[in-house]
Amino acid sequence: MTILFPSLAKRDSVTNRGHSNSELFTLTYGALVTQLCKDYENDEEVNKQLDKMGYNIGVRLIEDFLARSSVGRCHDFRETADVIAKVAFKMYLGITPSVTNWSPAGDEFSLILESNPLVDFVELPDNHSNLVYSSLLCGVLRGALEMVQMAVDVRFAQDTLRGDNVTEIRMKFIKRIEENLPAGDE
Amino acid sequence: MTVHNFYIFDRNGSCLHYSEWNRKKQAGISKEEEFKLMYGMLFSIRSFISKMSPLDMKDGFLAFQTSRYKLHYYETPTGIKLVMNTDLGVPNCRDTLQQIYSTLYVEYIVRNPLCVLGESLQSDLFNSKLDSFIRALPFFSVRAA
Repeated sequence: MTILFPSLAKRDSVTNRGHSNSELFTLTYGALVTQLCKDYENDEEVNKQLDKMGYNIGVRLIEDFLARSSVGRCHDFRETADVIAKVAFKMYLGITPSVTNWSPAGDEFSLILESNPLVDFVELPDNHSNLVYSSLLCGVLRGALEMVQMAVDVRFAQDTLRGDNVTEIRMKFIKRIEENLPAGDE
Repeated sequence: MTVHNFYIFDRNGSCLHYSEWNRKKQAGISKEEEFKLMYGMLFSIRSFISKMSPLDMKDGFLAFQTSRYKLHYYETPTGIKLVMNTDLGVPNCRDTLQQIYSTLYVEYIVRNPLCVLGESLQSDLFNSKLDSFIRALPFFSVRAA
């Protein structure tokens, strides 16, 4: 069985962003997903591995982000949403998702991605219906926010790769991670 | 003017890095104990300051000074804490500390996958870059002290 998700054949159909660097990332990511699909039996496991890798990237990426932007600590989840959509996504992926579908309590929102750079050249074969191709992004968001004391649940609610009209990432604030004095000292 | 020493703590209180330049008086306890003592004090100062402040704070704890030295403090939203002790003549070092974070810590530690985050930093490259950065600071020179 050969799987070739990212294929430059599809390239013409993609509006040219003029970023050959981001194509490098897109293609590298595609190769990674393809390899994981070969290594693991089921899609769930691939999703999990991608999320885990994303997490490990996220915990480092947050430091790079803070060093490069002059963003300080966010005081509420709405501010966090704005920073993620307008500053972070713009900085690393060149897109600005819209922030919508706030829960009444203000602890849950959606990022709507008109285009997802990760899937530029991708077609999902039929036998991967459970694969959440861009799971890495969930991990990155979760890892990065954990480092600024926010436990957040991140998942794909809609995905254009799976036939939805838009790509929607749902973010749910779980709790604030408290900072503790290390044990064993007076 | 001069720089005495410099600490980096992570958000769990581990001392990631320590270096010193002109420190005439040692604490007389082991370095591990000193780091714990230092972190404990910083932790208390932070909570003290946030409770005592009559207004909402923006940056929180910035610095304190005694009759002989001045402690400069900078904390990132991820809880990395940079602490530098200098003599009294040195003006606000916030920018300097922020620069150490963004151009040295992020550049040579965070971007180096072999450096495990949250453990004491073993990177020689980081150590030498930091040393030359500090020595190049306009207020490093001991003679003017």
